[in-house]
Amino acid sequence: MIRECIRMAFGSLRANKMRSVLTMLGIIIGIAAVIAILTVGNSLTKSLQQSMQSMGSNDIYVAVVDKFEEEEDTSYDVDGINYPESIKLDKMRDEDYITSDMINEMCTRLKDKIYAVQISEIIGSGSAYNQNGKVDVRAIGASAGYFTTNQYRVVEGSLFSGNDFQDTKYVCLVDQTLVDKLFKGDPKKAIGKEIELRLTGVNPTYCTVVGVVERDSEMTGSEQMSALAGLMKGGEASVILPLKTGKALNHTTGKYEYFRLSANVGVDPEELAKEIRNSFEMYYAGNNKRTVTAVTFEGVLSVLTSIMDTVTLAISIIAGIALLVGGIGVMNIMLVSVTERTREIGTRKALGARNKDIRVQFLVEAVVICLIGGIIGLILGLVGGLVLSAIMGYAATPSIGGVIFAILFSTGIGVAFGYMPANKAAKMNPIDALRYE
Amino acid sequence: MSEIIRLESIVKSFNIGKPNELEILHDISFSVGKGEFVAIVGPSGSGKSTLMNLIGVLDRPTSGKYYLDDIDIIRASDNELSAIRNKKIGFVFQTYNLISRNNAIRNVELPMLYAGMSYNERHERAMKLMEMVEMTDRVNHMPEELSGGQQQRVAIARAMANDPSIILADEPTGALDSKTGSVVMNLFHKLNKEQNKTIVLITHSKELAAGADRIVPLIDGRIAS
Repeated sequence: MIRECIRMAFGSLRANKMRSVLTMLGIIIGIAAVIAILTVGNSLTKSLQQSMQSMGSNDIYVAVVDKFEEEEDTSYDVDGINYPESIKLDKMRDEDYITSDMINEMCTRLKDKIYAVQISEIIGSGSAYNQNGKVDVRAIGASAGYFTTNQYRVVEGSLFSGNDFQDTKYVCLVDQTLVDKLFKGDPKKAIGKEIELRLTGVNPTYCTVVGVVERDSEMTGSEQMSALAGLMKGGEASVILPLKTGKALNHTTGKYEYFRLSANVGVDPEELAKEIRNSFEMYYAGNNKRTVTAVTFEGVLSVLTSIMDTVTLAISIIAGIALLVGGIGVMNIMLVSVTERTREIGTRKALGARNKDIRVQFLVEAVVICLIGGIIGLILGLVGGLVLSAIMGYAATPSIGGVIFAILFSTGIGVAFGYMPANKAAKMNPIDALRYE
Repeated sequence: MSEIIRLESIVKSFNIGKPNELEILHDISFSVGKGEFVAIVGPSGSGKSTLMNLIGVLDRPTSGKYYLDDIDIIRASDNELSAIRNKKIGFVFQTYNLISRNNAIRNVELPMLYAGMSYNERHERAMKLMEMVEMTDRVNHMPEELSGGQQQRVAIARAMANDPSIILADEPTGALDSKTGSVVMNLFHKLNKEQNKTIVLITHSKELAAGADRIVPLIDGRIAS
């Protein structure tokens, strides 16, 4: 009986091709939108998780942040608009920075639990020069610990020595992008040569290349963030200087806004983060504007994932409204179809069809429309999602849940929006239906 | 002769309880024997169609009693009425009422589908019925590709699908010319003689009714004696 109903449904779709296609279009667009969004969201979340995991989810990120305590209303006017205090980007004051002493003290207290402290500060962006030309660079200063958790492969030369860190030496590590521009792509030629760095807000300086390195893991956390925000310029070369050298260049010696550290194996990073927060609390108890927070990458990751999920859900709901409109289209066309076929319904009843038979027939027809639309939408959505992910540069990960959702949901729409017209058909009085012209 | 249809004091009114309440059939009592060919004859407006809908259990009377093959129709549920229409009654309409999207053979199979027959079974029987109405060369034609007389023959094959005891024909030749009309009428007579089917023919034409065993004249919702 159901098989016969499906055959009849296809027959009736064929009989009204144009109408069927237009009705399906609503479902196709809705399902395609939902699936494409789910695929892109899923791909983004997956690749974010992967790159963060490769960075070490045992890492803890310690940074100076604004205190978010309730303060008296100190909003101020700019062009007649009131901005709340928290939006005002205060300059970092001297007492706000984390100092070397604080870090040393923390290391002493928690030395059993800390594997390495890695401090890297952006010195600035600008250009590097030599006789061969010029290249845009971003320079960072890095502590010895920085190299223990960030995996670097030495292409040529070597990493910094202990003396390089202690004696404020003007040495640097460069990447292949810089070698390509300034040393004709030959790493061997770069070792021992001087380059001139001209960074914004920093006095020009010369430093000697000691090594050419390549990053194993793709990006650090902060770089990942800025890449996500689309802030990072492509084609920028990286220069790494010893931390102290970097600090000397931008005159904030021994003061940091943030650093990372790795927990020892077997130490719960969440627990350690809490201890670090406690150990910094005493320095910042008297500070009315800022404090220090410590979060694990695990924590950051879960926050990011939940933000992504929320965004995906929100957009999906909007796409779901498109589906709802599609469903109303199906209901509309089914009502038209029932009216058009009033006489047929009467005849079927005269031939012995029960109300149930008529109801099932029209329900199946609505479900067939929605399922065909759903499957076409699913294919289009998957293709769209894969293409979008590829354009955004993420490995595409179709969501299995999304596929199941598409099939179930389009069937559900068929049943939900087909029921009313089908019931109308089923309840028709046979003699009125037979008499209908 | 045992009775297959028995109507007792049937009254049918429309718009009950409204100012335009209208009694169409007044106190109708008659019966039809098994294997009888009865013609109900009356002018338009006499209540023929209303009576046919009641006999065909498409509608229920306002009052009175109706027994079809000893089944009390008044007390039957909607699903039981569907089953009676399906198995005991074969309808032939003036306008043929073939399902336009189904080809001829599928139309003939339809009542058997509702009876729950398997595909092979119903297809085999439908082919036999098409043979009976001499339409074997048109089984896969769509209704619109058939002439009126051909469509009506397919409709008669469909009416015979579940081997009903009664064929209920409402002006079956009304849309046909006299020549094809007589072909159709001959089919009814053949079914009546050879298969002992009870035929109830509803018509306004006295000539058409002439061939029947008995004529029931209907005037203004009453059986005229």
